[in-house]
Amino acid sequence: MPDTVSTDALHATPLDALHRTLGAKMVPFAGYSMPVQYPLGVLKEHLHTRAAAGLFDVSHMGQADLVGEDIAAAVEELVPGDIQSLKAGRIRYTQLLNEEGGIIDDLMIAKPVDDDPNRLHLVVNAACKDKDYAVFEAHLKGRGSLERKSQHALLALQGPKAAKVLALLDPQCATMPFMSLRPASIAGTDVVVSRCGYTGEDGFEISVPAVSATKLAETLLEHADVEPIGLGARDSLRLEAGLCLYGHDIDVTTSPVEADLVWSIGKRRRLEGGFPGDARLLIELHEGPSRVRVGLKPIGRAPAREGTVIETVEGDGVGIITSGGFGPTVEAPIAMGYVEKTYAQPGTRLHLIVRGKVLEADVTSMPFVPQRYYRGSK
Amino acid sequence: MSDTRYTKEHEWIRMDGDIATIGITEYAQSQLGDIVFVEIPDNGKSVSKGREAAVVESVKAASEVYAPVSGTVTEGNAVLADAPDTVNSDPDGDGWFFKMTLSDPSELDELMDQAAYDSYLKEIDG
Repeated sequence: MPDTVSTDALHATPLDALHRTLGAKMVPFAGYSMPVQYPLGVLKEHLHTRAAAGLFDVSHMGQADLVGEDIAAAVEELVPGDIQSLKAGRIRYTQLLNEEGGIIDDLMIAKPVDDDPNRLHLVVNAACKDKDYAVFEAHLKGRGSLERKSQHALLALQGPKAAKVLALLDPQCATMPFMSLRPASIAGTDVVVSRCGYTGEDGFEISVPAVSATKLAETLLEHADVEPIGLGARDSLRLEAGLCLYGHDIDVTTSPVEADLVWSIGKRRRLEGGFPGDARLLIELHEGPSRVRVGLKPIGRAPAREGTVIETVEGDGVGIITSGGFGPTVEAPIAMGYVEKTYAQPGTRLHLIVRGKVLEADVTSMPFVPQRYYRGSK
Repeated sequence: MSDTRYTKEHEWIRMDGDIATIGITEYAQSQLGDIVFVEIPDNGKSVSKGREAAVVESVKAASEVYAPVSGTVTEGNAVLADAPDTVNSDPDGDGWFFKMTLSDPSELDELMDQAAYDSYLKEIDG
């Protein structure tokens, strides 16, 4: 049974009291006390997000601005994404890399709506925040600075009804393109709305001043289509969407090429390099990495969890699972992990060693559930 | 004799003649959340008191279920293969895990009765 962990010295998000009022089960996560589930339970919360709209508190994530002259060029010295070509009000997913091409963190970088060439917005993972900020500050020394937005909360509204719900409060949200952001006034509060998320669904992240966060959350929760959703369902949703979780599917030992994140490396950057670990990445891009992240579907009902050894049908070890569990929407166990390149083709039969027994599984393409991002009105 | 005994790990055991039925408690299922898979021991398997005998998986994590006493498994609950969520809906009844014979019935005396388990729950829930 789960251990009870002391909640001393944990940070609380601005929505902490609301979570407790809503009956959330709170757990320590990345130094914060966070809702892992509400009375609905992980399974129903997951399915509700896929069917309607789920409201997530992601205030533990790090929000900051980088400021300095020609800041995009300076940032490109740390990440493989094409940041200089970002247009005003657009967001890009990229990774902070170390000298070996390993991933220090994955993050969202956005260009302000006013097209200020000297400012970029960042959203980074909670557990990596201090480490990331130190990397940026050390790198920018004398050229720019990092401004923490510690007085801001971050809410995510995700699911097929998210746009309809948010449009009731600000009609322009309905037609925002995927991976764009804009300032808005919602429920009397000035916020920044981004059309993005990490569930595979259409949805939004709303950066809101901490003092107004509870009021905004309550306003969204008033809508019949919106339920509060905890970190438990957030994890199963992102797994079904084939999205990496930092510290599990990606870390300082994995490169973006191995992690199958090549799509996030800008074309110009692939030709020019100029980011940490570029030599390794350019070789991996050219020759293919020796191991690669793949999806796996175990046969039967038993889930295979993180750390499960992957073997060939002959019994040779060829990889390890980095995220695994039960996919409520696919109604079956699903997993992702790294395997040697030879075994990465969809349809390849492999063995997962679960509690000493062989569990058969097939390599499969991801996502496990089709992504439903908003690509514009048809 | 049909009284139920409990372990500190939240398994229950109920005797019917020489055969014991084992399951997990209402408290255990509520802590685990939505159960998606149950691995039950094979017939004829020897299990030892306090050792892992079955595994229950919720959406999020796998947890061990320990044998409350030592003995030999005689039957696993086949219903759980297709409907593992029966453990959520009826942990004390249809959601049982396995049946077994006992090698040392005196081990039963070391387990908690209903009153002792109820006060144990109050203690751990503070």
